Amino acid sequence: MTYDLVVVGGGPAGVAGALTAALAGLRVALLDSSARLGGQYFRHTAVPGRTPGLERFLRQAHALSDRAEVLSRHQVWSVSREPGGDLLVHAGSPDGQAVAVRGRRLLIATGAYDRPLPFPGWDLPGVLTAGGAQALLKGDGVVAGRRIVVSGTGPFLLPVATGLAAAGAKVLGVFEAGGALGLARHPLLALGKAAEAGGYALSLARHRVPYLTRHAVVAAHGEREVEAVTVARLDKQWNVLATRVVECDTVAAGYGFVPQIDVGVQLGCGTRHDVDGSPVLEADAAQRTTVPGVWAAGEPTGVGGWRLAELEGRIAGRSVVADARRSTSGAAGVEVAAGEVAGVLSRRRDRWRAFGAALHRAYPVQPGWQGWLRDDTLVCRCEEVPLARIREAQELGATDARSIKLLARPGMGWCQGRICGYAVACLAGEPQQPPRRPIAQPITLGALSEAAEPGDDLTTSGPGNPDDLATSGPGNPDDLATSRADKPDDPLAH
Amino acid sequence: MTVRPFSITVDGRSVPVVPGQTIGAALHAAGIRAWRTTRFGARPRGLFCGIGVCFDCLVSVNGQAPERACLAEAAPGDEVTTS
Ligand SMILES: Cc1cc2nc3c(=O)[nH]c(=O)nc-3n(C[C@H](O)[C@H](O)[C@H](O)COP(=O)(O)OP(=O)(O)OC[C@H]3O[C@@H](n4cnc5c(N)ncnc54)[C@H](O)[C@@H]3O)c2cc1C
Ligand code: FES
Repeated sequence: MTYDLVVVGGGPAGVAGALTAALAGLRVALLDSSARLGGQYFRHTAVPGRTPGLERFLRQAHALSDRAEVLSRHQVWSVSREPGGDLLVHAGSPDGQAVAVRGRRLLIATGAYDRPLPFPGWDLPGVLTAGGAQALLKGDGVVAGRRIVVSGTGPFLLPVATGLAAAGAKVLGVFEAGGALGLARHPLLALGKAAEAGGYALSLARHRVPYLTRHAVVAAHGEREVEAVTVARLDKQWNVLATRVVECDTVAAGYGFVPQIDVGVQLGCGTRHDVDGSPVLEADAAQRTTVPGVWAAGEPTGVGGWRLAELEGRIAGRSVVADARRSTSGAAGVEVAAGEVAGVLSRRRDRWRAFGAALHRAYPVQPGWQGWLRDDTLVCRCEEVPLARIREAQELGATDARSIKLLARPGMGWCQGRICGYAVACLAGEPQQPPRRPIAQPITLGALSEAAEPGDDLTTSGPGNPDDLATSGPGNPDDLATSRADKPDDPLAH
Repeated sequence: MTVRPFSITVDGRSVPVVPGQTIGAALHAAGIRAWRTTRFGARPRGLFCGIGVCFDCLVSVNGQAPERACLAEAAPGDEVTTS
């Protein structure tokens, strides 16, 4: 069985892309490593909570399950090109078997993960990434700790702190390393998101959570677990001006996100550096990468929130449909190609992209964090490489991240540099380079040696009218916040 | 899907699970936040990224090769061993 489209990633981008294509009658398979669709934002337990947009997302996920092959708990570790041009997506199944799904086209919608910065004690249990604390809360209903400190930079700290406080944790403070503006002049306000910023401000005030800019956790202390942290007041460059110790049992720290682009890089897709310096996949107006037959949507093309991810998924889906029609019916396809990127969708996308870029500019990571490290601070958690060893490698002549890696081994362990890659690049004084991982996810040798083919019984179907997906309404990003049922039976309608 | 809470054993100790929770979440909720030590420095580790990226949370489930506790959904009767 060869699918018309194989989608990797079941977050808002992947599901919107897959559903758009499936509703148009394409045979679609979607693989995701999680047990449930939703990705990082629409993470939900059996009992869904009140996440904006969740109900609509669940309708989409439901519609998709009826029309496409959804393979959850499937970790994709590589994609290869067949001699005939088809793409073979290799994944590990829940029972550890190797599975390969063949498709004519591929949509990469693998999202992103937290970008942490190292600091002394950051590997003590009880120190979590901000997203990790959020995932525990949203996906498992577990409050990460009792007395929690939230630290880092970016607007994502706000939902994390308010979520934890509302769930009963004592949030001792949100320490935002950036911006000297108080919440009353938060960048979200400047971006026309007054209601959202106001909501967080109110919630923090209600739970008596202090919000301090130009402050950050610069060290964690404890024997077996974190017992206290050092919070520093910072200058503009994030150099430490003054410190105090705060007793706590948990730290949630995050300095933005790292787009997950391994699969695209494996296939040779072109990359570029995003506003914040992250390597991302290059994509055109129709979300096509530079490699024919391969599209990308959501965070692999740049971080900008779940609404942007969904819009990009829908645009990619339409472009895939147009491509499929073109390949079956020559001339008729030209017309479709012209309307391939519907004006409303692309205008909305461009506005959300601008919003994402503005956020990146409002919350840059400043170099002073390197001064928080001590010689024995682990930079690479997996291979336990302290700062001193990285400095040694540099003294031996390693001038870039790659040669530091070869000499001192940061990024050679289990996580393959996902966690330390950004920090090592900064220490080397260069922007983070695209990952070079021949295998996107660690797999067992057994699975690697198997060459399983998908059974032919994996069928999908149910044609639909792709034009049903056209949404209307004003292209103002803020309109997207309020869900407006243009057509109650259209799962993709806002 | 099971709807009632159940338990798993972790190094012989019983840990309660709310259905749908990962092994990592159940451990963390039970106050077990350090369950592994590192190869070189014997440093304690538990959850860090929570989404399968960092590999700090490795456990062995029912005698199988180590897997990420933050991704593995707990099932009734699971026997988890840590290192
Ligand atoms: C831990 C974390 C928590 C977050 N929480 C929030 C929040 O509460 N609120 C908010 O506004 N934003 C949150 N974000 C930001 C959020 O990621 C985005 O705004 C949004 O989810 C992006 O959608 P997406 O479809 O691009 O990617 P995602 O939603 O991340 O979806 C990507 C999907 O791809 C899957 N995947 C990745 N690689 C593979 C592979 N190799 N094989 C198989 N499947 C794979 C993942 O399991 C995931 O389900 C969070 C981010 C992170 C990293
Ligand atoms: S906590 Fe990072 S992989 Fe499990």
